[in-house]
Amino acid sequence: MATTHAVAPAANGEKEPKSFWSDGYGWKSWLLTVDHKRIAILYLVSVVAFFIIGATFAALMRLELATPKGDVVDSETYNKLFTMHGVVMIFFFLVPSIPAILGNFLVPLMIGARDLAFPKINLLSWYIYVVGGALTLLAAVTGGIDTGWTFYTPYSSTYANGQVALAAIAVFITGFSSILTGLNFLVTIHKMRAPGLTWFRLPLFIWAQYATSLIMILGTPVIATTVFLVALERVFRIGIFDPALGGDPVLFQHLFWFYSHPAVYIMILPGMGVISDVIACFSRKRVFGYSFVAFSSMAIAVLGFMVWGHHMYTTGQSAYASMVFSVLTMLVAVPSAVKVFNWMATLYKGEIHLTTPMLYALGFIGLFTIGGLTGLFLGIMSIDIHVHDTYFVVAHFHYVMVGGMVMAFLSGIHFWWPKMFGRMYPEWWGRFAAINIFVGFNLTFLPQFVLGFMGMPRRYHYYPEEFAQLNLLSSAGAALMGAGYLIIFVYMLWSVKFGLKVGANPWKATGLEWKIQSPPTTHNFESIPVVDEEAYDYGRGHAKHGKEASVVR
Amino acid sequence: MWKNIPLLPESASTIAGEYDLLWWFLVGLTVVFTALIFVGVLVLISVYRKTKDSPPATQIEGSILLELVWTGIPLVIVIGIFAWGTALYMRHSKVPENPVEMYITGKQWMWKGQHPNGTREINNLHVPVGRPIRLTMTSEDVIHSYYLPAMRVKRDVVPGRYSQLWFEPTKVGEYHIFCAEYCGTKHSQMVGRITVMEQDEYERWLSGSTGEAPEVAGKNLFESMRCASCHPVEDGQTMIGGAPARGPSMVGLHGREEELKGGAKVLVDDAYIRESILNPMAKIVAGYEPVMPTYAGQLGEEQIIQLALYIKSLKKKDGN
Repeated sequence: MATTHAVAPAANGEKEPKSFWSDGYGWKSWLLTVDHKRIAILYLVSVVAFFIIGATFAALMRLELATPKGDVVDSETYNKLFTMHGVVMIFFFLVPSIPAILGNFLVPLMIGARDLAFPKINLLSWYIYVVGGALTLLAAVTGGIDTGWTFYTPYSSTYANGQVALAAIAVFITGFSSILTGLNFLVTIHKMRAPGLTWFRLPLFIWAQYATSLIMILGTPVIATTVFLVALERVFRIGIFDPALGGDPVLFQHLFWFYSHPAVYIMILPGMGVISDVIACFSRKRVFGYSFVAFSSMAIAVLGFMVWGHHMYTTGQSAYASMVFSVLTMLVAVPSAVKVFNWMATLYKGEIHLTTPMLYALGFIGLFTIGGLTGLFLGIMSIDIHVHDTYFVVAHFHYVMVGGMVMAFLSGIHFWWPKMFGRMYPEWWGRFAAINIFVGFNLTFLPQFVLGFMGMPRRYHYYPEEFAQLNLLSSAGAALMGAGYLIIFVYMLWSVKFGLKVGANPWKATGLEWKIQSPPTTHNFESIPVVDEEAYDYGRGHAKHGKEASVVR
Repeated sequence: MWKNIPLLPESASTIAGEYDLLWWFLVGLTVVFTALIFVGVLVLISVYRKTKDSPPATQIEGSILLELVWTGIPLVIVIGIFAWGTALYMRHSKVPENPVEMYITGKQWMWKGQHPNGTREINNLHVPVGRPIRLTMTSEDVIHSYYLPAMRVKRDVVPGRYSQLWFEPTKVGEYHIFCAEYCGTKHSQMVGRITVMEQDEYERWLSGSTGEAPEVAGKNLFESMRCASCHPVEDGQTMIGGAPARGPSMVGLHGREEELKGGAKVLVDDAYIRESILNPMAKIVAGYEPVMPTYAGQLGEEQIIQLALYIKSLKKKDGN
């Protein structure tokens, strides 16, 4: 593909108005900002920091697991490592990544609004996130927690070492950050769309944010309450979950998974929104079956609330309850498959540009497919019995969370980077890192499917000799994948200062966010736009923006 | 280095074959669909990749027919595998007649096993080949999970309740026992070996050990804890001075349905006996006063199982 790195000449030679980056420079202008774009940047910095912390824990774990003997750290430390890896990655990276960074930045831009409905609440949600994160790190350094991110009782409430109560309170607090962000998005999407921007003209990214926000405000209060109860039982010995105090340990699992299964969709749905936008842009086509893709997000959000019991087949839950959870779990596969087929159909007769965001999007399709299909194994009662709590589960959810969600996050970050910073990342390095991560990822997690079928339980510090070779492969893959992330981190930082400057619409994409300058002004739109076209109107967009110099020709 | 690496689990139980059949069907399905999608994407991007003289994209809105097809086909497939998997689960839930009963108690970080004749072992379990084995399990502290990969079975071991698991080994040999539910610092060392032996060899192994049969231990406990001062253990037995017994008779109790105060019914099984020992006020049998004290904290899980087995052994004299 030919690319030209040219700066769009400003119309009439006029200087562009100051961007949101130049609207104040002191620390107060950032820490007290109510601009959704600046808050998105605050989130970007803090979420990436947590990603680095979580990845470091993972790196240490894979180093330990390279050999069967526990020779790098002791068992207690190992248990703390996987607990912190899970807590940090789920509550502080995966859940907020796309909504709080890309969603914050893009929701108002995509719907033609000047900000979110509640700008101050938006800032508040960031502060809550930071407080929750700080408390979690405090718990980590003042004794750590070794309960696993799942906090299963009565281990967590009675037997565990370390700072369980503090970590539980931290997760409780962080929950409010999600709730406020979700609420903000719902109100904004309902009330602040530009004139003419009807529901079915919205980019699918907005539909995905909408579905995600619904789950956030309905599900998060349950997990917040649940971990709070764990803290109460641990500190005040109130009998809720510990049978020695008259509680029911399995009750905890019901409450926990009632949130934590839908939370999987909090994590993946926004990613699916990104993929729809990216594939449409780099196929120069409208998304095939727009309304089916939109409604499949809603179907996943609704069904996702009714499948939590598939985490509990081995607890002794009634076989008939398991049956209902099993069949509903199977049904989630259908809207997921519908999305995959529609994305493929979007490629058909398109003009495909294999840019970095597109490579990640195509990678997402493949890896999410594997993640989804292996989810079927775990949804089937008889099959789950053997592989439940083994490395098969670990591999499955990393295919969805890393192969799916992280790929989507990287796709989105590369795609909207020029809009956020007004500069382009280095394309060659971008593709190099994308392929590097794809290979490294598969090398890390494919062997784990085999390990799981062979029966290797998860959360094992020591493991039997016969699993050694596959674990070594997996650790090697993790190193390769880590190198990929490092490359991205370096060139992204580099590009902020040295990347090529780009104009309003370097990708020649449709959507309101691409019609304003890059980076946008604080108020986004000089005048509120009136929308008279469908989403992804690439047929028309092609002619209209044909002459503008841009990165993609 | 790569020679002789097992990539498959041992399969050593009656359900393993059926399990593996569905497993490999699912693997096949996954491989076919994944290949379809990978190849599909690769073909599409090689055909429609933008080149100097490739035509502009053709805008296509969608196709209701295609949507119905790719909604319908996955729907049929997932319902099909759901039905297969569920049927298998229900069939595998049925315990065959006359299983060998064994008892497992999990605690941080070991598995304590007890054989019908009282032989005990830790982190090991010896079982005869070709006989269904039923494990009744409980935990003294946190949730554990008893996992025998070679048998394709796993069941959570939960404090405060009994859970059961059964399997029928088909192959003599030694296999892993794992704890599959994270249970604290030495979770990864809560492992052991299950040894499947020929029937006669198993009997020889059993006779080599000197254990007290659990119901005998239970009888001793029953006496030392003074249970007999309220609960008759013989037909028609009365208390000192000919007064009626304060608690229900233990004779023929196990397996019977009892009427509770208020009219509800309860089946007297291991779990009900355990509850009545630890939390006597929970379910009072009709006709008796709630006077029994709790024994929580005085009896361990293994002792409670012994008591239950002793009570189970107290059959009515006429054989009913």
